[in-house]
Amino acid sequence: MTIATADPALAADASIAPLARRDSRTEPRLVRFLVIGFALTFLSVFVVLPLVLVFSEAFSRGVGFYLAALGDPEALAAIRLTLFTAAISVTLNLVFGIIAAWAIAKFEFRGKTFLTTLIDLPFSVSPVISGLVFVLLFGAQGFFGPWLMVHGVHILFAVPAIVLATSFVTFPFVVRELIPLMQEQGSLEEEAAISLGAGGWQTFLRVTLPNIKWGLLYGVLLCNARAMGEFGAVSVVSGHIRGETNTMPLLVEILYNEYQMVASFAVASLLALLALVTLIAKTILEAQIEEGRHVSDD
Amino acid sequence: MTIEVRNITKQFGAFKALDNVDLKVETGELLALLGPSGSGKTTLLRIIAGLDWPDTGSVSFDGENALSRGAGERHVGFVFQHYALFRHMSVFENVAFGLRVQPRAVRRDEAAIRRRVRELLDLVQLDWLADRYPSQLSGGQRQRIALARALAIEPRILLLDEPFGALDAKVRKELRKWLRTLHEEIHVTSIFVTHDQEEALEVANRVVVMDKGRIEQIGAPGDVYEDPATAFVHGFIGESIMLPVEVRDGRIQFGDRLLDLESQNARPGPSKLFIRRHDFALGPAGSGALEGAVTHVRAFGPTHRADILLNTAGQETLIEIDAPRDRDLKPGDFVSLQPRRYRIFAAQD
Repeated sequence: MTIATADPALAADASIAPLARRDSRTEPRLVRFLVIGFALTFLSVFVVLPLVLVFSEAFSRGVGFYLAALGDPEALAAIRLTLFTAAISVTLNLVFGIIAAWAIAKFEFRGKTFLTTLIDLPFSVSPVISGLVFVLLFGAQGFFGPWLMVHGVHILFAVPAIVLATSFVTFPFVVRELIPLMQEQGSLEEEAAISLGAGGWQTFLRVTLPNIKWGLLYGVLLCNARAMGEFGAVSVVSGHIRGETNTMPLLVEILYNEYQMVASFAVASLLALLALVTLIAKTILEAQIEEGRHVSDD
Repeated sequence: MTIEVRNITKQFGAFKALDNVDLKVETGELLALLGPSGSGKTTLLRIIAGLDWPDTGSVSFDGENALSRGAGERHVGFVFQHYALFRHMSVFENVAFGLRVQPRAVRRDEAAIRRRVRELLDLVQLDWLADRYPSQLSGGQRQRIALARALAIEPRILLLDEPFGALDAKVRKELRKWLRTLHEEIHVTSIFVTHDQEEALEVANRVVVMDKGRIEQIGAPGDVYEDPATAFVHGFIGESIMLPVEVRDGRIQFGDRLLDLESQNARPGPSKLFIRRHDFALGPAGSGALEGAVTHVRAFGPTHRADILLNTAGQETLIEIDAPRDRDLKPGDFVSLQPRRYRIFAAQD
């Protein structure tokens, strides 16, 4: 509203059509038009256009070429590795996320604030640093390096490091989603279940889990999207061994650097597709969570 | 089932929620724990249920140590203040919960569970709501479902935490009556917590008045009302007027006025004089222990209420009394007040 009075043109407009201006709950039409237009233009240039370009570039030499690029053994290996990595890190974070969120939301203990801060660490640290941490831990000159070398265990520049780095980077998603939800719900229903004779496990399965299921799925979805798309941390620990330790994002970069544009964009299009699917699923889940909240409100 | 609580103390940080509490509840009683918020009544209830643990003291059911058992093993039905119904389960499944989580060895078959749930829903007169979800029920309905759910496990003791606290006045009155009837029907030892004196006095067989983690008085509703044991109970139950007085040589001094009242063997020193609002005889000026000017009259309801300004040298005290409907009081009238009944407690009590 301050915008409206500051603009002489709009003030003049007001004198012509006073009724249109009287409703102070909304902005003048021109302001609305400009704001919406700006948002749409921005989105088109920075989001929609790149997305369209990814697909148009991927299909620029026809569907056959596109499929051939994806059918390449290297590409298939990257897809397999990405799916494998995501499956493991999402499972790990699911289990650990529930436990950590449960502990933080439902109990009071010393060091709780510290733990909560620690959970956010992966979000506040650059992914490259996250990757470097694992190099420092498991690299030849690293903390565990010599011991691992002697025992012939390969972590760095192999699949284990990729899984570890991905799990680390994606760790906060599930916990972050669950803590506020569990705090809001409190532990009264759990107390009721226990007083009715349910054991700890029964209480969890029958009461806690159903109450958090949508929030949990939401966290898993975001966690999965990030796990498949993670570049920085994985790039540091992967070693870029072709057909072995390249995930999809890494392969996209390699192919691009080798001027294999169509192949590069073909793999990228898969990631873009994943993003779209994630978005749709996210919208559906948000509606479900909203509904759940509504139910719990009254 | 008798419940015996001995020497229970419970501290939350620096706050002493319960301070050396002793209580014995007889089989089949309907007992009210009454007190202001922070008096420890809910904590005591939760300790009996096994949802909280005392720092010291013992709890026994029928002479058997209850503290060695978890909440689930005590066979206690607990009804939460905000119901705590399982939001993702239908009313039917909420009531069935306690039956479904029983160990396999004692669990009934599906048909028996369904029968039992139907019985309970009949008991609380809500069988037609079986397929609804908690969010679709009114507050009073939720409260009754919570009760049915607690009764499903055939509890030996029923504990209710502010059972009607979240309901509107009319529903609350209905449910009070209903709870009494229900208790007469099933006769399970029951304790309910409330901060509403009317509720406690009307529903319970016996009332436990609590304040600051201690029990102030235990007695039948009539006793607690008619014969308060402490200044707190007198002030908390029923509407009373409290005047700071001084007991000296067996006489009562209020400001500069020597009251024409018997001192009830009160100890000398600063004291509190309690009089119920309706326990005054009104008379013409100069004929009673207290005198004052009427400042305001609220003329509605079974008795009228009048504000009276007592004037004793140097200090003015405004009190509110109940006046009979037929007594025509007007602001500006000068009246005398003779307490028909009163109690004196030492000031530090």
